[in-house]
Amino acid sequence: MSTSNKQTADLARRRFLSGAVALGSVSIASGFTLYTASARPKGEPASSKIRWGLLIDTGKCEDCNICVEACKTENGWEGHRGNLTDPQWIRKVGLTDKRTGKKQSLPVMCLHCEYPPCVDVCPVGASMKRADGIVLVDRHLCIGCRYCMMACPYGARSFVHEKVTNQKPYMPRGQGTVESCTLCAHRIDDGRIPACVEACTKSGREAMLFGDLNDPQSAISKRIVQVSTTKLRADLGLEPNVRYVNF
Amino acid sequence: MGLRDNYHRLVDHGPFFFALMLAHALVILLGLTAAYYMEHNGHYVTGMNNQVVWGMPHVFAVFLIVAASGALNVASISSVFNRLAYKRFARLSAILAVSLLAGGLFVLLLDLGRVDRLIIAMTSYNFKSIFAWNIYLYTGFFAIVGIYLWTMMEKRMNRYSKYAGYAAFVWRLILTTGTGSIFGFLAAREAYDTALLAPLFIASSFVYGLAFTVLVLLTMCWTLGITLMDKEFVQKVRGLLIIFTVTVLYFTTVQHLTNIYATQHHGVESYLLLTGGVIPAVFWGVQIVIGSILPLLILAHPTLGLTRHGLSLASVLLLIGGLGQMYVIIIGGQSYPLNIFPGMEATSSWIDGRFAHYVPSLAEIVLGVSGISIAMLATAMALKVLRFLPNPIEENNTSKNKPEAKTAGAA
Amino acid sequence: MTDLRQTKTYAVLTAALFMMSLLFMAGAAGAGEERVPLPHPAMSEKAQKAENCVAPVSEMRRYHMQYLKHQRVETLRKGVRGNPYSLKSCVNCHAVKDKAAGGARTADAFCSSCHKYAAVTIDCFSCHTNKAADRKKTSAVQSPVSQLAAHLEKAAKDRSLLK
Repeated sequence: MSTSNKQTADLARRRFLSGAVALGSVSIASGFTLYTASARPKGEPASSKIRWGLLIDTGKCEDCNICVEACKTENGWEGHRGNLTDPQWIRKVGLTDKRTGKKQSLPVMCLHCEYPPCVDVCPVGASMKRADGIVLVDRHLCIGCRYCMMACPYGARSFVHEKVTNQKPYMPRGQGTVESCTLCAHRIDDGRIPACVEACTKSGREAMLFGDLNDPQSAISKRIVQVSTTKLRADLGLEPNVRYVNF
Repeated sequence: MGLRDNYHRLVDHGPFFFALMLAHALVILLGLTAAYYMEHNGHYVTGMNNQVVWGMPHVFAVFLIVAASGALNVASISSVFNRLAYKRFARLSAILAVSLLAGGLFVLLLDLGRVDRLIIAMTSYNFKSIFAWNIYLYTGFFAIVGIYLWTMMEKRMNRYSKYAGYAAFVWRLILTTGTGSIFGFLAAREAYDTALLAPLFIASSFVYGLAFTVLVLLTMCWTLGITLMDKEFVQKVRGLLIIFTVTVLYFTTVQHLTNIYATQHHGVESYLLLTGGVIPAVFWGVQIVIGSILPLLILAHPTLGLTRHGLSLASVLLLIGGLGQMYVIIIGGQSYPLNIFPGMEATSSWIDGRFAHYVPSLAEIVLGVSGISIAMLATAMALKVLRFLPNPIEENNTSKNKPEAKTAGAA
Repeated sequence: MTDLRQTKTYAVLTAALFMMSLLFMAGAAGAGEERVPLPHPAMSEKAQKAENCVAPVSEMRRYHMQYLKHQRVETLRKGVRGNPYSLKSCVNCHAVKDKAAGGARTADAFCSSCHKYAAVTIDCFSCHTNKAADRKKTSAVQSPVSQLAAHLEKAAKDRSLLK
């Protein structure tokens, strides 16, 4: 679905919104809209009718790092210390079943919980969930107390331990605040799919499926009713919007 | 005016006091430098990382905040439970409580990733967060104890002092419950996620607070060369310290036993108590042996337990044990990996399946210790400015008459 | 009692010293003929070409911070995109070549001239990049990753992945 016809013809505004937005449209034009996602019209807030989600097929997930590298490139996070002070928005976890020895590999990132504990515990309300279910950190408010990191059962969040330079214009990051996977909210708003999903699909593995969990016609919803999916730490009742299959 | 009162300001002190205060000032300066160093470079210069997100500053901060509410104990016993022997020390106990809280908050705030955004912490609230509630509990504590002090120190307000005392007592119980709940509400971490942490913190606060009070009183005695506590009072404090320490041991035992019974928590328990390297070493060595058993033996000793030296030694050990306890709770609870995939062995370039290796940096420790110095220096300054210190007792005089006369006058 | 008197004396002395230093500073400031020169924010080519900013200049001067703050809430928390007052747009239009940034266009010269004059410290750029998103430098088409991506995309299309 093209978005250009939806855009307003406000010339003055368009002239001002030169660089980055134009860049975005280029990518749209190159057309990798696997799922029937379209850019939200200008000036419209994210809708609670939509619930973005991911389904990760661990059967198709190989021992590669493509999703992680794609996220790094897209969002510009990179560690320089080589230890646990480095940020990690998405990571590949290798699993070995203690009894059977069966090995698996799967990506873990922010699971964008329906009831996110990080949002509950944040003292200043910086940790927040957008209407469409994306869990974000409002770094204008984040004071860097790290309580959300204590509360997250998935270790999905990173604290920025050092100065950051050369951020992407669409992905501000700064020392002393907490950050995590944004589900590529900037791309979603633009009608594109998250960078990890795109990279995984392009590599031919197709282990990640992105879409609207509220839309029964979406590919992800159809798949979820067909197969049995796993929610990590389902016992906590957080209802993560990122689920796993074949796990 | 001063003659009618049973209290005095700290005036006739020797060079020892000045040296002590100078040392505290120096430590505070070092603490500020450490905080600047951490803020300037970013937290990678500390031992903290993305798994152990709270480190040494939090150990000290939580320790001081818990101690603060406990320091109010002496005042509470006198106002709420009508024990007149404690009345003389009520003012001192209240000002010490406020100072300890200030010291703890100082450390907590200076460790924030964005210290410059303190104003946001004060203006933007998420009321579902126990942390946000704690900000109110802390500021409320300052206000209520301030009013309590006013009712105690202003003659015309004396008749309200009992009510202020009640309010302060209730508030401090809520505050410590709040502090314990910061950890107790963390369902995701196996070492926390228990309501027991709230009463455990309250019991601990009694120990830390009373130990701090005893040490400050004894320091004043040595500095001024006077006697502030009679034998009877020493005896009472000794009894209280024993009861509180045993209570903490009780809650600690129950907490671990509950976890040990549940199969799913065997991993975390064996980590905390046996296999976790530094953590069990601190638990058994510092918290249990040095911080509980040894002081209990000293306090229970028929002669040593009754001396002021014995009391001060036991108090120091109890405080060291308290720091150890906080270390085990805060660091131990985080360094055990998150159990995201039960029954699986997880590995990654990240925190999965790792027992985090936390080595506190010097800067963190200095910042933490400076919190104690803030509390001590603030208390000392307050003692110099206003009449917090009770007048010395003559050794042969039973102190019973004095407080009774005073309350009669106040009522 | 003597002790109290001493404290009072100290307090009075301190206050007097403080007042004197204040007076001295005020005098020094008043005596100087030169005043801090008014700022002249560097105008980028883009900004010069544009007939108007997103709002009249006088309005922007006075209210840009409110507009920015309002929009940051709208965009980040509500997900509203495409509104005119984004920091990214400010940077893209107002950035000028900056030697400190290796010749890239940054907003430093434009933003800091007035903020320095008004003694305002902003922390926008502790997280946001101050560099303009110039197409030549950051174009998605030229980076090796996107080249690879384009290649893979083509391969994927061939296998009729895109239903």
